[in-house]
Parts: sequence; C-alpha cells; structure tokens
Amino acid sequence: MKKMATGNQAAAFAVKEADVEVVAAYPITPQTEVVETIANLVETKKMNASYIRVESEHSAMAACIGASASGARAFTATSSHGLLYMHEMIHWAAGARLPIVMANVNRAVGPAWNIWAEHTDSLSQRDTGWMQFYAATVQEVYDTVLMSFKLAEKVNLPCMVNLDGFILSHAIQPLEVTSPGDFIPPIDLPHALDTNSPMSYGNLTGPNDYFKFRRAMHDAMKEADVECRAIEKEFAERFGRKYTPLMEYRTEDADTVIVGMGTMAREAEVAVDVLRKEGIKAGSIRVRQFRPFPKLDLKGKKVIVLDRDCSFGAGGILAQEIRFHHDVPVYNIIAGLGGQDVRYETIADLVRKAKPEGEFWLGVD
Amino acid sequence: MIAYTITLNNKRKKYNPTPKPTIFPEEVNLMLDDIPEEEFLYKGNTACAGCSAMLALRYILKAAGPNTIIVNPACCSTVCQGTFPKSAYGVPVLNIAFAAAAAAADGIASAARNKGKNVVVFAGDGGTVDIGIQSLSGAIERNANILYVCYDNEAYSNTGMQKSGSTPYGAITTTTPTGRQDSKKDIDLIIMAHRPKYMASASAAYPKDLYAKVQKALSIEGTKFIHVQCPCPPGWRYSTEKSVELGKLAVKCGMWFLFEYEDGKLTLNAPTKAALKRPAPLEDYVRPQGRFKGVNLERLQKEVDEGMGRIRDMANLDALEKAKEATQ
Repeated sequence: MKKMATGNQAAAFAVKEADVEVVAAYPITPQTEVVETIANLVETKKMNASYIRVESEHSAMAACIGASASGARAFTATSSHGLLYMHEMIHWAAGARLPIVMANVNRAVGPAWNIWAEHTDSLSQRDTGWMQFYAATVQEVYDTVLMSFKLAEKVNLPCMVNLDGFILSHAIQPLEVTSPGDFIPPIDLPHALDTNSPMSYGNLTGPNDYFKFRRAMHDAMKEADVECRAIEKEFAERFGRKYTPLMEYRTEDADTVIVGMGTMAREAEVAVDVLRKEGIKAGSIRVRQFRPFPKLDLKGKKVIVLDRDCSFGAGGILAQEIRFHHDVPVYNIIAGLGGQDVRYETIADLVRKAKPEGEFWLGVD
Repeated sequence: MIAYTITLNNKRKKYNPTPKPTIFPEEVNLMLDDIPEEEFLYKGNTACAGCSAMLALRYILKAAGPNTIIVNPACCSTVCQGTFPKSAYGVPVLNIAFAAAAAAADGIASAARNKGKNVVVFAGDGGTVDIGIQSLSGAIERNANILYVCYDNEAYSNTGMQKSGSTPYGAITTTTPTGRQDSKKDIDLIIMAHRPKYMASASAAYPKDLYAKVQKALSIEGTKFIHVQCPCPPGWRYSTEKSVELGKLAVKCGMWFLFEYEDGKLTLNAPTKAALKRPAPLEDYVRPQGRFKGVNLERLQKEVDEGMGRIRDMANLDALEKAKEATQ
C-alpha cells in the first residue's frame, strides 16, 4: 500500500508490521512523532503491544532490556540528549546480547540548545556494541527498521536505525507500506529468562570469562556483516528494493568520490550530477551501515568525506573511520552541524575547491 | 558462546506452596511448618557472615516460589549470587544497572508472555532511595505489576559502607567518618505518596511476618513495595551473631516499624504496636553497634520519638485506642 508519510511515521509503521511485543517510550524532539504514532496504533487496537510510558530514556532502555531479556521483541525511539541519557543502558543492552531495535533521530547535542540534525549523538555511541544504520529516505527508514529486527535477532546484538532530524524525520515522501509476511520469523531468544530453567544473567564475572564475552560480541559484529548481506538479498527478492552497506552513485569511472552519511550524502548525489556535467569525474558513496563498518573501494581516488559530526581534537568521525580502514589521503569537510543547511550547489563547490588532504569547516573556514 | 549462561549448583526440589495465613494482617498467625522446606537460596552464596539480607531473601523466595524472576540492580545481592558460572539463587535473575531495576522489571512484567509470573526486584537502599528512586517512582505511577523489595542495610554496604539516603542520624560510615549529621530520607512516605496497591515495612528479624507479607503482595495485581530492614554486621560494626537480635531491637525501640499500607490505610503489626506502647531503651539498640560510637543519644532519641509520633498519627492509633476503650 502506497501512502505519504514522514520518516518518523515510517519507523512507527515498520514497528507495527514487525509485531513488536513491548514498546517503551519517552518523548524528545524531533523523535516524538515515532512514539506518538505507535501510541495511537496501540490505543486504537491496530497494534497489539504493551506500551510503557516511562519517566526517562534511561528507563526506556531498561524496560526494553527487561522485555527483551525475557524473550520479547522490544523497541524504543529517541534522539540526542535522550540517547546520551540512556548511554549506560545502551552498553548494557549490547553486553546482554539483546536484539533490541531503536530508532534514533539524529539531533545536535547541547549546549547550546539546538534541535536540528547532526550525527554526533549516535556516533558517540559507536563503541557500545550496537549495529548502526543511517537512512536517507522515508522508504529506507521503513525498510531498515524491518530488516533490523531480523538481523538483530539473528546475531543477538541490538540495532540502531538513524534518521536525520527534521530533514528526514519530518520530510513527507511516498512510502510503500509492505507487509513483511514471514520475512521476520518469530523471535526465539536462546538465553531468555526462563522460570523452568533458572539462570543468572550478568552476574559477577572474572576477567577470563568477561574477556570471552567481549570477544563474542566482536565476532557477532563480523557475523552481522555476513548475515546482513543475506537479509538484504532476501529483502530485494521479496519486496524489490535493494540495499547495500554502501550506496554508491556513479563511482564506476569516478576519480573523485564524496563519502557521507544520511541525507547529506543523498544531496551529494545531486552534486555529482552537476560536477559530471562540468566534466569532473565525480561519484558518491553513502555509508548506510556504520557498525559493523564496511570496506570501501577508494584506491587511486581523491577522497572527500562529509561529516555532520565532530570528535573535538580529532576531526570528523566518519573521516577517522575511513582513514583507519583505508590507506588513502582524505579531505574532510565538517558541514551541517546543528542543522546547517548544506545544498548540492555548496557540496559541488566544495568538491571543485577540495585539496588532496586536510580539513575544512563549512561556514567557518 | 552466548551472553551470560550460568549453571546452578543445586538441583531444584519439588515446591509445595502453602495455604495463606488465616489471620492477617493484625497478627501473623503462621507456624514455621507452614513455610515450605524448599530452598531457592542455596549454599555457597557469597554473602558476609551474619548477612540478614540473605535471611530475608531466603524467606522472600520461599514465599514467591519457582514461578519468579528476580531483577537485581547493583547492590550486595550482585555479589551474593556468586560469580560466573555459578548462581546461588534458584530462580532466574536479570542483573541490571544501578538505577534501572524498577524499569527493567516493568519491561519483563509488561511482556504478554510473562503474564502470571512473579517479577520481583531485590534492591538495596542506595539503589532504591537514591539512584533508583526515579525509575521506581515511574514504575509505581504506572502501577507496574511488580513486587519491589528494598532490603535496607542503611548504607552502601557493597562498596564499603558509604552513607546512603537511608543511613540514620549519627551513624558512622566511610563517607561520614564522624557520624551522619543530618537525618535519613523517609522513603516510606515517598512511596505512600504514590499510592501503591500494597506496601509494607518488614524486618529480616521477623521472617514469618516477611514471608506472609510477600505472599500477600504477590496475590495483588499492580505495584507492591516491601521495605525490609536488614542489619549488616560489617556495616553496622557488630559481631555476626547479633543480626536477628539487633533487627528485633530496632523494632522494639521504635527505630523501625512493621506495618502495612493498603487503600490509603496504614495498619501497624503487633510488634510495632507493642513498641509504641512501651518502647525498649534506645541505648540497648545503639550500644552494640560500632557505627553509633559517640552518637548524641539525646538527639537520636528525639528523632526516634518524632518517627513514632508520625507513625501513630498515620495509623490513627490514638483514635483507634480510644474507640477500643469505649467499647470495653
């Protein structure tokens, strides 16, 4: 069924179709519409789930952990300060190997108060053991949430689906609301709390065993990289929409590539068309899957990385990841912080002026 | 290797739930024979010698039975379970971060698949009256179908006896080395303001009373809160054989109360009623405890008297006694 929907609504509709058993919710701009839409679906009996109106994001994730640990499918959504407030529980969910799915609407972090798009919130959760995806269209939000449940439950790691605040969360685009059918199998958590088989989960553990648990998380991330390809393939066969960890655009013969995430990377695709008309052999790579981090083909190309985030004292976080995994010079553009409007003309202009290496802050340098 | 899979060191025995006590709550008319022999707290738990929190847990689990899931925030009980790959608790346990117990328990209780199961939080006083108070407040407000037990040893005992909101005036802790100068937080009043379905104050030194209260709480749908005083030998600085004696003295001198709170009505249990009539000398309770060395006994007595006055008023005791006299 085709309808018009916002990115937030798309996340909520996917949660409905995924047959989630427990939703724990706390409001924060610009995420609130996700949990409002789910509340409406639950109260009008269009969705059969327990809806817990928690008093904080810390409790939202704690409630999801409780539900998930008992074997139930659980979901929450948050943004920015909410994500940071639940940080302790984000680690806990991953360490407890619980397949919780969370939508995070990317928003800047205060001070100063700023409610607009930025990726620093979710990227600061990079090392928690959550898988991370960054969507760029309303349809992709919907599809990624559906695929995330299947993936998370396959590898027993939680999954975060990110969408840019306002630019995507509040943008209205056509959405194909696909009923997933048996695409997501019934949840069957191997280590669910069971009164017939009493076990303690997460109790005091010495270094040797603790070490093994951590390694198992790292291995599960590698497994996720394989499983996710199979899930994307099955999704494409069933529903006709193709996703890959890297969404490449005109890269085949490109000698310059623009790498980015989220909506700004889609804007870069328009910039590529503009540059191509001028005879510049540009292409773009949108990093859709950030954790586990995929391998990019950048050999012999001029690499321009767009970062809507910053690790102070180190630079753009995506650029760091690229440098870490690839032995290539990177020209890092920090742009779009706090919701700064970054248009394709601007991106094209930055590419024209780009140096082989270095850092550039849009609107400041 | 998946997550935290822990083997138990004891095999589960058959559990025969007992009939509920007949006369309650005025007096706990319960014989020890009524309490099941089956143990859900096993030998090999790593509690300190004389730990009365484990005594309390033993009876809580006997009352709750095997159809129970424990949610355990950071506290002494985190350690008492034993270390991986063993557990001394005979029911499933979800360990969770310090501030998150009530919310995590609500998450379990809210999942349709867990309907009919007892979801019991076993949390210390720090995790209840201090860092966990927000999630507890939210859970009671939502009437989450959980039993929240706060075992109160009146300090952060697990981390080495630091002052908590529950530490009484005058008590020496490692962060109040000259004795606490201000007064403890009255968590009971805070909980009552939330109007939970059922609430009780109990003591590890009165296990039959505790057993009966847990049984009753678990028969009620919605949020239940039981506050259990648990004397702590290393924290309170007394010799390990005195835990039960001191627990009883706390009630007898009016420093701790045994009561129930239901439908806005507070009912005092017999030992507290007796204590309010003729309290034992506070000094008997204070003297054996190293934590009260050098305490201003007069001021402590004043606080205890104020507490007794408050509970008298709340239980409407004076009016009840007058009415009783009038009918005699």
